[in-house]
Amino acid sequence: MPELPIPIPPLPTLHESVFMAIALLTVVGAFLVVAARNLFHNALGLALTFFGVAGVYFVAEAEFVGVAQVLVYVGAISTLITFAIMLTRGMMYGATSPLNRQAGTAAIIAATVFVVMAGLLGSLPWPVAEEPIVDGQIVIANLGVGFVTEFVVAFLLLAVLLLVALAGAIVLAQDRK
Amino acid sequence: MVPLTWYLTLAAFMFCSGLYAALGRRNAIAVLMGIELMLNAANINLIAFWRYGVTPVENVDGQVFAIFVIAVAAAEVAVGLALIISVYRNRKTLNLDELDILKG
Repeated sequence: MPELPIPIPPLPTLHESVFMAIALLTVVGAFLVVAARNLFHNALGLALTFFGVAGVYFVAEAEFVGVAQVLVYVGAISTLITFAIMLTRGMMYGATSPLNRQAGTAAIIAATVFVVMAGLLGSLPWPVAEEPIVDGQIVIANLGVGFVTEFVVAFLLLAVLLLVALAGAIVLAQDRK
Repeated sequence: MVPLTWYLTLAAFMFCSGLYAALGRRNAIAVLMGIELMLNAANINLIAFWRYGVTPVENVDGQVFAIFVIAVAAAEVAVGLALIISVYRNRKTLNLDELDILKG
C-alpha cells in the first residue's frame, strides 16, 4: 500500500466524541446567551450552557460536582433568572438595541482575550497524561471527609454566607410600601 | 482521553462570551447572565486541573474549590436578582445606561 501524502488523523475516541458533542452544546448555549436579542432566549441558552457544563464535569469524572451543577444551576439559578425576567417584563422586547454604546469595544476586547488565551493554551506544556480513576466512589468519599475535616471552617463560613445572602436578598426584594 | 487543552479552550470561549455579555449588554439581567458564564468557565478550569493533577483520587481540592464557587455563585445570583427587582420597582427600567444616579 503506497504511503499517503497527508497522514489521516486518528479518529476521535468515544470519550473525545462525547466531549466534542457536549462542548458543541455548551458553545451553542453560550452563543445564545450573548447573541439572542430576546432576554428569554438568553435565559434558555444559559440553561443549555449549564447542562453542557454539567456534562463536561461528568466527562472529567467529577460526578458529584456535575450533579451539584444540575441541582444548583439548572434547577435553581435558571429558574430564578427566568422569574426575574418575567417580573421585569417589558424589558424583554425593547425596540432599542440590546447592546450599549461600548458593545463594539467589548467585542474587540473579548475576541482579543480569547485569541491571546487560546494562543497561550496551545503553546504551553500542559500535562498530557491523566491518572485513571478506578473507583469513583473513593473520590466522593474523600470529598465528604474533606468537608468535615480539612475544609470544615470554610464549609461553615459558606453556610453562614448563604444564610446571610438569602436573608439579605429577601430584605432587598421586599415591597416596603 | 480528552486533552487538557480542550477543557481550557472551551472555558476560554465561555469566559470571553461572558465578558462580552457583561461589558456590552444593556439589560442588567443579561449582564448577570454573562457573569454566570464567566463563573462556569472558571469552574471548568478548576475541574480540569483537578483531573490532570498528580493524585486526583486522594487530592480532591479542585472539586472542593468548584463546589465553593457554585455555592457562592448561588448566593451572588440571589442578591443580584433581588437588587435588580428592587431597582426595577423604583426606577421602572433595567437599562444600565439610565441607572447613573451615583454619577458625580
